[in-house]
Amino acid sequence: MTTQSTQPDLLYSEAEDDLRAAVRSLLADRSDTASVLVRAESGTPYDPELWKALAGDIGAAGLLVPEKLGGHGASHREAAVVLEELGRSVAPAPYLTSSVIATETLLALDTETEAVAGLLTELAAGRGTAVLAVPLSGSHDGHLPVGEPRITGIADAAVADVLLVLRADGLYAVETANVAVEALTPLDLTRPLAAVTLDDPADATRLADAETAEKAVRRGLLAGAGLLASEQLGLAEWCLEETVRHTRERHQFNRPIGSFQALKHRMAQVWLEVVSARAAARNAADALATDCSDAALAVAVAQTYCSRVAVRAAEECVQLHAGIGMTWEHPAHLYLKRAKSDEIALGTPGRHKEALAALVDLQAP
Amino acid sequence: MTDATDVRNRTKELLAAHPPAGTERTDFLKARFDAGLAWVHYPKGLGGLDAPRTLQTAVDAELTAAGAPDNDPRRIGIGLGMAAPTILKYGSEEVKQRFLRPLWVGEEVWCQLFSEPGAGSDLAALGTRAVRDGDDWVINGQKVWTSSAHVARWAILIARTDPDLPKHRGITYFICDMTDPGVEVRPLRQITGEAEFNEVFLTNVRIPDAHRLGEVGEGWKVAQTTLMNERVSIGGSRLPREGGMIGPIAQTWRERPELRNHDLHQRLLSLWVEAEVARLAGERLRQQLAAGQPGPEGSGMKLAFARLNQEISGLEVELRGEEGLLYDDWTMSRPDFVDFTGRDAGYRYLRSKGNSIEGGTSEVLLNIVAERVLGLPSEPRNDKDVAWKDLAR
Ligand SMILES: Cc1cc2nc3c(=O)[nH]c(=O)nc-3n(C[C@H](O)[C@H](O)[C@H](O)COP(=O)(O)OP(=O)(O)OC[C@H]3O[C@@H](n4cnc5c(N)ncnc54)[C@H](O)[C@@H]3O)c2cc1C
Repeated sequence: MTTQSTQPDLLYSEAEDDLRAAVRSLLADRSDTASVLVRAESGTPYDPELWKALAGDIGAAGLLVPEKLGGHGASHREAAVVLEELGRSVAPAPYLTSSVIATETLLALDTETEAVAGLLTELAAGRGTAVLAVPLSGSHDGHLPVGEPRITGIADAAVADVLLVLRADGLYAVETANVAVEALTPLDLTRPLAAVTLDDPADATRLADAETAEKAVRRGLLAGAGLLASEQLGLAEWCLEETVRHTRERHQFNRPIGSFQALKHRMAQVWLEVVSARAAARNAADALATDCSDAALAVAVAQTYCSRVAVRAAEECVQLHAGIGMTWEHPAHLYLKRAKSDEIALGTPGRHKEALAALVDLQAP
Repeated sequence: MTDATDVRNRTKELLAAHPPAGTERTDFLKARFDAGLAWVHYPKGLGGLDAPRTLQTAVDAELTAAGAPDNDPRRIGIGLGMAAPTILKYGSEEVKQRFLRPLWVGEEVWCQLFSEPGAGSDLAALGTRAVRDGDDWVINGQKVWTSSAHVARWAILIARTDPDLPKHRGITYFICDMTDPGVEVRPLRQITGEAEFNEVFLTNVRIPDAHRLGEVGEGWKVAQTTLMNERVSIGGSRLPREGGMIGPIAQTWRERPELRNHDLHQRLLSLWVEAEVARLAGERLRQQLAAGQPGPEGSGMKLAFARLNQEISGLEVELRGEEGLLYDDWTMSRPDFVDFTGRDAGYRYLRSKGNSIEGGTSEVLLNIVAERVLGLPSEPRNDKDVAWKDLAR
């Protein structure tokens, strides 16, 4: 059996299935796509009550955090399941930014220090949220915004309580209230972006020195990218299911349009890609959870693949819904917008492919 | 129920009683079969132990480590992947006892007499006739594209027993003796130059009724077992990273910087990712099967495998540039099995064209996924209630 222990576990455990059921039913109650749209239009996409229930009652925010810091001591595998569900429902929630990226970054610091431990405890309990002051488009070219006075395109900055800011001498926690946050108009209505101006905010707390900080931030971004694949998977799954449902019901030429082979083959192809995306996303979550030496490779593979699958599933969803799919009332556009920005988030597929070339020794000419 | 310890002990006993170094290959394989370690999930007495399928991995690993011979699934793929599960499900006790052991050991190679010139994708339209004569059936007809017919001892065969019924209902499933004087196998040379498949002419071939699998007229149902297993077995083997077609091209890329350019680099990386994801998807499928929750993914894997093989091998020929203009050997031969890695890139390119045709074309598999997995409505059909003999041909 020794040969098997090195295999990634690509299935879902019973506990993960239970977690999924809880999150899905919460989201069905509190965050159907019609209300997501209404909130997005009102310019306040987040529903604080929903976040309280998801982060606190279900305990999703503390999945990555060890029990002694008030978390659940679970792993990236469970967090990935939450993200699948958030992707399926395009629910606006600062989960990826706060509960995954910021949390993972903090966990890579010295968690014995009071500042780090205190912040993690707040995040794990869902009492507050934090985001890393790095553009959502990521830093896979190796460039991190160290000490920049103004950083644009930070996801969820407007709702976060705390910003984690990289300066030349280390990582700082800054109260969002003490900096100028300027909302930008995002392509993805369900994940707000902001520019923050950071010149010398009051009450910045130093969390780590420069070297530790950079390593931790890179780990946070790696975990974020790896788990983003699960959000993309959930999103693609919803798009396929809705498209299948619609094309079974919609009649043209005296037949359900889903009986036309030209359409069936496209949906079957998306299905095949979704099945494959699931394997890739699970592999990345498992690699992060077990901290295996292949984690960077697994993340690069998952991101390269799942980004494209999500975009394609969403594009096919719009096309096969045709006129209905182009309307503002139908939720397809919310998925397309999320899918397209997820493709750029935390590194485009091209960036991840470049990273992969080095990892597997397939060098450029 | 047999557990992991039990299986491991049996494996050790087998190795002790038949040390691989000093035992003749076939003798070892027979002993392994008799010890129930051939396919542990098969019944006792038929090469198995009624054990969970998961335990096979441990057996295989232990035997491989001890240098035991394997039963070369490439050569006997049709027997192992398709005939065996069908015989297990539909064969009489005598049939199972007679066929499974030599099949697994590889002493008897099998082929599949399904496709006909007029019945490929629409397999149920087949016209080869089987007429009852006392205890026998008398078969007349022609099959085509039959892989390995020239080395096969036995064949699984479907034939029409009632032309008055609609096409799916008048078919019966048989085991055919390829040494019967009425069986004539003619090589059919293919795109690669070799003749891996054949035409098979059946003239007054007599098959005893005892070699029928399933009821008379139920052959289509029996054939479904074969076809389902065929699809899983084509895309389903466990591979290490870079274990498939992507391996040779990645290696060439590393070793020969002079061949590289930016366009090829992008395409190679994309295919590398897809090959890795396909490998993981196959692994996930196996984990699902082992955990007893088989998903519908099996029907999809062959689609991915076919497309990837074709794209990768196409890129490989292109990468080689001037060498890609050459071919290793056009000599007509009749190989025992398909050897993807033993030959050059041009061969891989040509042979992989068959991957989207053999075992059901990609178009037909996409229909199956759409209708059976996604539940999309079927296309209108005009042949369902018409007697086979009245169908347009
Ligand atoms: C290398 C190789 C090995 C083989 N080995 C064996 C063997 O051992 N035993 C055996 O019995 N057979 C074997 N076959 C035969 C194989 O199963 C058939 O070739 C296959 O099922 C397709 O049938 P066909 O060639 O008659 O094509 P056709 O059915 O004529 O198809 C022609 C084209 O039409 C498309 N098409 C047909 N129906 C539909 C539809 N409903 N919707 C959309 N498109 C459709 C097909 O996809 C294909 O592109 C082998 C074939 C190959 C290439």
